[in-house]
Amino acid sequence: MSTASRTGTAPALKLPEKHYLNSEYGLRSWLLTTDHKRIALLYLASVTFFFFIGGFFAMMIRLHLLTPSGYLLSADTYNRMFTMHGVTMVFFFLIPSIPTILGNFLIPLMVGAKDLAFPKINLLSWYIYIVGGAFTLYSMVTGGLDTGWTFYTPLSTVYSNSAVAPAVLGVFITGFSSILTGLNFLVTIHTMRAPGMTWFRLPLFVWAHYATSVVMILGTPVIAITLGLAAMERVFGLGFFNPAMGGDPILFQHLFWFYSHPAVYIMILPAMGVISELIPTFARKKLFGYHFVAGSSIAIAVIGFVVWAHHMFLTGQSTYAAIAFSFLTFLVAIPSAIKTFNWTATLFGGSISFDTPMLYAFGFLGLFLVGGLTGLFLGCLGIDMHVHDTYFVVAHFHYIMVGGAVMGYLGGLHFWWPKMTGRMYPEWLARIAAFILFVGFNLTFFPQFVLGYLGMPRRYHAYPPEFQVYNVMSTAGASILAVGYLLPMAYLTWAAFYGKIAGENPWPATGLEWKTPSPPPTENFEVTPVVTWEPYDFHNRPDLGLDVPSHTGVMPVPAHGHD
Amino acid sequence: MAVAAEISGRVRRRKEHTRAVQSPLPFFPEQASSFAGSVDTLFLFVLLTCLFFAVLVSALAMFAAFKFRRTSPAQVGSTLEGNLILEVGWTVIPLMIALVMFAWGAVVYVNFRIAPKDTLDIYVVGKQWMWKLQQPNGKREINELHIPVNRDIKLILGSEDVIHDFYVPAFRVKMDVVPGRYNTMWFRPTRVGKYHFFCSQYCGTNHAAMGGEVTVMDPAEYAAWLSDESGNMNPVSAGAQLFTQLACVTCHLSDGTGRAPSLNGVYSGRVLLADGTSVTADDAYIRESILQPKAKIVAGYQPVMPTFQGLVTEEQIMNLTAYIKSLQSQPVPAKGAGIAPAATGKK
Repeated sequence: MSTASRTGTAPALKLPEKHYLNSEYGLRSWLLTTDHKRIALLYLASVTFFFFIGGFFAMMIRLHLLTPSGYLLSADTYNRMFTMHGVTMVFFFLIPSIPTILGNFLIPLMVGAKDLAFPKINLLSWYIYIVGGAFTLYSMVTGGLDTGWTFYTPLSTVYSNSAVAPAVLGVFITGFSSILTGLNFLVTIHTMRAPGMTWFRLPLFVWAHYATSVVMILGTPVIAITLGLAAMERVFGLGFFNPAMGGDPILFQHLFWFYSHPAVYIMILPAMGVISELIPTFARKKLFGYHFVAGSSIAIAVIGFVVWAHHMFLTGQSTYAAIAFSFLTFLVAIPSAIKTFNWTATLFGGSISFDTPMLYAFGFLGLFLVGGLTGLFLGCLGIDMHVHDTYFVVAHFHYIMVGGAVMGYLGGLHFWWPKMTGRMYPEWLARIAAFILFVGFNLTFFPQFVLGYLGMPRRYHAYPPEFQVYNVMSTAGASILAVGYLLPMAYLTWAAFYGKIAGENPWPATGLEWKTPSPPPTENFEVTPVVTWEPYDFHNRPDLGLDVPSHTGVMPVPAHGHD
Repeated sequence: MAVAAEISGRVRRRKEHTRAVQSPLPFFPEQASSFAGSVDTLFLFVLLTCLFFAVLVSALAMFAAFKFRRTSPAQVGSTLEGNLILEVGWTVIPLMIALVMFAWGAVVYVNFRIAPKDTLDIYVVGKQWMWKLQQPNGKREINELHIPVNRDIKLILGSEDVIHDFYVPAFRVKMDVVPGRYNTMWFRPTRVGKYHFFCSQYCGTNHAAMGGEVTVMDPAEYAAWLSDESGNMNPVSAGAQLFTQLACVTCHLSDGTGRAPSLNGVYSGRVLLADGTSVTADDAYIRESILQPKAKIVAGYQPVMPTFQGLVTEEQIMNLTAYIKSLQSQPVPAKGAGIAPAATGKK
């Protein structure tokens, strides 16, 4: 069928009669659903809501910084804007985005299961997220938050005049949502794989989520405890971090970064998983070095736990500690380099098309390269003593978080949109939007590297005039970036209702999720699938209807091992 | 009027700044300390190495995207799926390069963290949202720092409230200023001029306004500036005054016969404690002894000293410390039971 659609001689494709979207109607059927696909859409709506709130704050920041003295906002308002931008984007957009939307929707489909292992806990985790989000929103409208997203003590626990307690409580609560999602993924991946779906036949998207889940489960409790202690210090005056009461403000930073550095990998690993799906699909070729790419996800998750104090090189920590953490930081760069080289190598000998998801994959590759390499500057002790806490850092982590994680997220959303909705997005409009995003992003954040090296500290509502030209460039870029985000929001929504019917496997791609109708039925598969092929193998998949040169195909191998 | 004055001030500042810029590359701020050159060289090394890899990977990806573009709708790629030699190569080579960056960076940083002997010490106190600085002779400044060129300068940093950070881009150095402890940083200014300094750790409402100017002067000019306006009391005499005001003097008798140990010659020596251990009497120990006297009891004495937490400011502690330091040159009394001078090396 899919072959026919590519040669243009097929009768018009039709949506399946019954699928997860029309199996039940009414608000109750959504709010009480245990279907991982519907929960993914609940997350899509709420995470998008928070993305646009965070985006609004970002726009305010950039507009304010157009002039050195900043006429738009007062100092206090500006401080609230960047703090709430950070809190919203980190805890309510970046951390949940790919796992809870794409991961939730796809992991059961990819491993050939009917749902996640604990469907009710999955729904519970969404409600927890909403409750946490509500507390944080409450903080934003009743005084805002001006501590910086890092909540450094004693500023946050003693000196801040903003609504710190509800915001901290919100982040604390949302953490449980992360833990439950991670737990659900781990159990699902371990116990619910279809016959023949061995560990090394898993799509790398699943491997990446496995590593992410481990970090979520091990790291999140630490931030919960830390924020709990900070809240107690602020509300009840107990001295944990306040030096006036015998506490240690540096202890807070250790505890905070013990979670918040691995949290960076919670944000980027799933995006790496998406890219590992996109590149083989649009190069129609096996991923180069599958085992190395899978192993590097685990290596990142493990080493990522022992690099936290590189955020603290200039707190006065011991010189020996700084040297050890710098060394470990350089080590964690290596698995990312391995992934990048393997993705690039996959392109060689491929049959590469430039559909929108692939454009995002190329965009990711370029931006992640810059983001990752600039991480080496910051991990390097002798450079960090100059650029620490300047715009260089801001530029670096936006290249990772926006250039990496968001590009991966949008690429994945375009790639699986036909599966989620049964309909295609408008291809040319999407390509233009991807291009606008790439240009806007670089114009926004590249000048900030220069600003940082010139010495402009971050979190400044006013700055010396010699920094203005780069700030103007950055603000101009941000305006372009805003258009780039509004476009997909508009046309993806439109496409969900009026787009061209996609069919079961429009690309075609090799994963199990493409062997069920689009949109899938509530139970995902009519019969439990049996996996007899290796991942991303286009040569032994006659069902995809591709032109395979006769000498390259080999007989399908049976499932091996008992895993 | 005020606006016009502000604008003209800004234009003037910009002109001054333009004059000061003498950097080899447009994205370098001016180089004005002994660290600027080594940080910039290291930065260039890392930058060029990273550029090489960025260009290599991008060029390979673009080449492949063009060379292996799809030519017919149902075309598939090759069966290539990996190569162990390549995998080992692109793991080991980047690792080696990363280790070079690590080692070079560590050398520059260690040099920054270990101050040379015989520095010009300046006390710096950060508070929301201003810097108070004090020269060795007691001369005070707010949001301004005057220092002589080509002299090793050490800043002793304390905070009265939240965490701040003292950052001079032209010197390529910064250090957090953490309440409850002292951090130090050092540098040697190498060029006469005026340079911005910033607070670079977010500290609340007026964080962005918490900066000022470092003025690097010729030694002769600095000496003239320093002796000008001698109305300020130097830290030692301010500390001596406090020592009497706060009644420290009633117990810490200088001949060692009081209820508390004599402080003569204590500074930088070893002090034997009641629990059998010993500790070096540095700035941090003196500070702790003032704020938490019961934390480390000197051997042979009772824990009778009250805490001065909340009664003395950071500046006053620094003055007291300076005074105690100044007692260094006087002879150590024989009866000082708790004092174990470095020379005796008591177990």
